[in-house]
Order: sequence, then C-alpha cells, then structure tokens
Amino acid sequence: MTLFLEQLLNGMQFGVFLFLVSAGLTLVLGIMNVVNLAHGSLYMLGAYFAATFYAWTGSLWIAFFLMVPSSLLIGIIVEVVTLRRLYSRDHMDQVLVTFGLILFFNEGVKLIWGAEAQYMPIPESLSDPTQIFDIPYPTYRLVIIGVGLLVAAVLYILISRTKTGMLIRAGASNGPMIRALGVNIRLLYTIIFGMGAFLAGLAGLMAGPILSVESGMGEEMLILAFVVIVIGGIGSIRGALVASILVGVFDVVGRSYLPDLLLRVVPSDIAETAGPALASMLIYLLMILVLFFRPEGLFPAGGR
Amino acid sequence: MKLNRIKVWLLVTVSGLLLVTPPIALVLDEPFYLTVIGRIMIFAIAALSLDLILGFGGMISLGHAAYLGIGAYAVGILSFYGINNAWLQLPVAIFGSAIVAFIIGIICLRTSGIYFIMITLAMTQLLYFLGISLETYGGDDGLPIDRSIFFEAFDLGDETNLYYLIFAFLVIITLFSWRLINSRFGVVIRGAQENEMRMHAIGFSTFRYKLLAFTIAGSMCGLSGFLYANLNEFVTPEYMHWFRSGEIMIMVLVGGMGTLFGPLFGAAAYLLFEEIISGWTEHWMVIFGPLLVLLVLFAKKGLWGFLPDRDQNDA
Repeated sequence: MTLFLEQLLNGMQFGVFLFLVSAGLTLVLGIMNVVNLAHGSLYMLGAYFAATFYAWTGSLWIAFFLMVPSSLLIGIIVEVVTLRRLYSRDHMDQVLVTFGLILFFNEGVKLIWGAEAQYMPIPESLSDPTQIFDIPYPTYRLVIIGVGLLVAAVLYILISRTKTGMLIRAGASNGPMIRALGVNIRLLYTIIFGMGAFLAGLAGLMAGPILSVESGMGEEMLILAFVVIVIGGIGSIRGALVASILVGVFDVVGRSYLPDLLLRVVPSDIAETAGPALASMLIYLLMILVLFFRPEGLFPAGGR
Repeated sequence: MKLNRIKVWLLVTVSGLLLVTPPIALVLDEPFYLTVIGRIMIFAIAALSLDLILGFGGMISLGHAAYLGIGAYAVGILSFYGINNAWLQLPVAIFGSAIVAFIIGIICLRTSGIYFIMITLAMTQLLYFLGISLETYGGDDGLPIDRSIFFEAFDLGDETNLYYLIFAFLVIITLFSWRLINSRFGVVIRGAQENEMRMHAIGFSTFRYKLLAFTIAGSMCGLSGFLYANLNEFVTPEYMHWFRSGEIMIMVLVGGMGTLFGPLFGAAAYLLFEEIISGWTEHWMVIFGPLLVLLVLFAKKGLWGFLPDRDQNDA
C-alpha cells in the first residue's frame, strides 16, 4: 500500500511535467493550427538554461528568474523567424521545418555544452524527505506537484476569467470567426507561443534535478505530450490536465505493477518478456482506446 | 506521368551508372561504394513508398519507419531461429508489415490533419518501445543476423550479388508504383488528396482506398526493411525510431513530393550529404537543420521538380 501511494505520487509528478509541456502545445495546435515538433526543444533548452544558471548562481530562484526571459526569448525568436512563415502553409511544411529545428537544437546543445549529460543537484533546502501518512517522500517531488497544480489554477483563471483568456477560448473553438471580428490574431499567437515556451521551460527547469539534462530529452516529452493531447482533445487546457495526470499515473504505476500482475496470469517465461513490453506500450494502448470511443478526445475544445 | 527527353536521358544514365557500379568498385578496390549505393537504393524504395501515401495521397505519416523495422525484424527473428530461407522471410516481411500497416491505418485514418500526424508518430513509438523491450531478440542492443538465402548458387554474402538484388527490387517497385499511380485506384487516391469531399460525393468510399494505399505503402517499406537487414547483417529498434521516419520524409521532400523518381534522387542527395559532411564534422546536423528549414521555405519542388516539365520545342 505504501509503495502504491508512492508510485501514485510519482505518477502525479510525472503527469505535472507532461501537463506543463502539453498545455502550451495544445494551444499552439488547437488555436494556431500549427504542428510544432520543436516544442520539446523548448523544454530541453529550459533544462539546459536552468542547469547553467543554477551552476553559476547556486540558487534555484535566481536560475528561475533568469530562465524565464531566456525561454521567452527563444520562443519568440522561433516564432518570429520560422513559425510565422508557416501559418498559411500546410502541415507537411510545418512538420519538416520544426523537424529541422529539432536537429539544429539537439546538435547545438551538444556543441555548446558537450555531449555528456549536465548535472543539476536538488536544492539543499528541498533535499530532505517529507512525511505524508508516515511515508517519507522526496520534498522536491512534492514541490513539483504543487507548482504544477498552481500553474493549472493560474491558467484556469487566466483562461476563464480574463479577456485574453476569452480570446484564447474563442480562438480554440472558431479561429476564422475571431479573426473576422477584428482581433489582433498575430499578437494573440505570439502571446500563446511565448506562454507555451515559458511553461515548457519551467518543466525543463524542474526536470533538471531528477531527469538527466541531455540532448534529445525533449523528444521523449514531445511524443508523450502528443499522446496527452490526443487523449485530452486538441486545444483544451482542462483536457491536457486530466490526460497528463492520467498518462503519468498509468505509465508509472503500469511499469511497476504490470509485470508482476502478468506473472500471476501467464507462464513466467512469457510474462518476463511481455510484462515490460506491455508496460511501455500501456499509454499508447490507452490512447488507442480513447481514440476509438472518443475520436475528438475526452474534452474537445470545439464545443460543437 | 509524361517524361520529356531530359528526364528520360537522366534516368537512362542513372540506371546505367547503377548497373556498372559493382565492376567499377571492384576495379577501384572500394567495396564500400557498394554499401553506400545499396543503402541509397534501399531508402529510395522506402521513400518511394512514403511518397505514394504522402505525395500522391496527402497522408502525412510520421511513422513510416515502423515498417522498415517490421520488415527487418521479420528477417531478424526468423534468422534467430535458424530460418534463413529468403522465400519464407520475404513474404513474412512483406505481409507482416502489410498487416501492421493495415491495423495502424484503421486506427489513424479515422482521423485527419494534425491528429493523423500525432497518432502515426505515437504508433511508431509504440513499436519502437516494443522492439526495445523484446530482450530475447536483443532489446536495444540489436540482433546480429545471417544474410538470407534465395538460391545456394546466388550467395547474398557476396556484396555484388546483394547489390544487384537491391537494384532489381528498386526497378520492380518503381515499375509497380508507376502502374499503381496511373491505375484507376491511383486516380482515386490522387482525387482524394485534392478534394476528399468531392470524391465522396461521386460515390467513392475514400477511407477504403486510403487504407489500401496505406497498407500497400507499408508492405513496400517492409520490403526495404528486408533488404536493409540483409545489407547491415544487423537488426535494431533504431530502424523504427521516428527520427528515421523524419529522414525518409526529408528524402521525399528533397527529391520532389508526388513524383515517381524524385525519392531516388532525394535518398541519394540526403545520404551522400550525410556521408560527406559528417566526414568533416560530427555536428553536421547543426548545418543540416537550418538547411532543411530553408529548403522547405524556398525550394519545395525538390530536385526532380526543378527539371523542366517539357521539351522547349513542344511547348
């Protein structure tokens, strides 16, 4: 039971990373109708920036306040230099251009920081475990869950209570219409993209101490974010939150229990191969299942 | 698809060069050339199969390398159990990837646009992880294999024989694709890309046609996987990584989307570029990434598209 609770929390924490990456991406896909494969690179760059700033200053807070403008800057440069030219092009062009960006960024970080993974320690003030229901659980991971829920709450207020949020919602359900009503869609796009870049960077910063900061780390996240978005529904923040936690928990809990579970049902030699295989495929199977019954995702943003 | 004089001459020259490469490599004592050009021809088959659904059918699949992997693993797993008979391996590779493509197609073709791209990507990742977790067949270390055997007299262990086998398959697949594109089926597929609603309106179930095209393309790519496993004498989940799908897509773009011969030139351009420039610097992707961005933004017609469409005097 203790182990289960611990795995549940681990799943939540992983889900938070997924949420931070997919929240921005789902808006970019849903509102701007742009396939941005380079979103994972923004996450990776956030992690590299954070690791570097943290190593310079020794303070996670200063690293955070330096990371924010850097992530925003990179995001805006990417938007202005490449993506802006792609809004009117077809998806094929968007896929290839952003694939080119991935190649550039992945190799670029190797060029600047070297091929080996960057080390980023857990801040000392957060390194002691906290007791929850008598279970010692790493404080840092709890903070991650807390930050994620905080971001979700802020995003909720931003999107459901402010004028910008109203425009974002309107853009997600009917883009051409708000353009026709005279909304400055360019500015809206830049805001959305910058916000996405910041959230991805924040995920990178928090992932630094627990995952390895290395070239290519963004793509694992990107593909999982796609799975999250397909499950949650394109353009829906609420869908992204629910699906992220779902995918995070399914993945972590599945990996730790499925092999044992399978061992009780089928002969051990089959289970030993099939267990880990099934566990790593679990979330994709979940996605197929959702797609089969709800092709628009759990929370379609279209609102038809 | 009409060919003008320039294109015909170019194709004749290229085929001729491909035919005489082995004796030349033998004379120069550079067997390495055979491997490089063999790989180019294999990826030409893979890129052509992607071009069928992407260039002609408008289906942007980011998971096409999955079938390269299925075809390769068909060889690998059978070889693991000591079955090196190509007459068995080849059908397993082709039909195996056809079946997987059929299943993935049923799932993915329910959707379109951005969803289609994301789901094909997720499906290939699923197969990639499956390959990694199959410890019996090497997991992520991969699986060394023996080359397939068609006839005792035609030893594929000999690089020249393997080269000509690949060349023969490239010719067969190109002819097959040419027939396919110009058949009634091909016209429906192209029509569905241009205006799916209209094809519906005049009574075609575009889903079935697209699913069949997706399946055929998958099996063709499975064939290239069969050849690739033989060329490398090695099978690894890396064949199914989505970066490989991206590379195949780049070859289609560079060669010219929606053309029959473009993929061959695209594969040659990409792989030779990699071969040459990675000799200068291991960070060649830093150069290639921005180059790709520029290619998409400014040179989308591809190499084959830059050739003149018709002779000057018959305009």
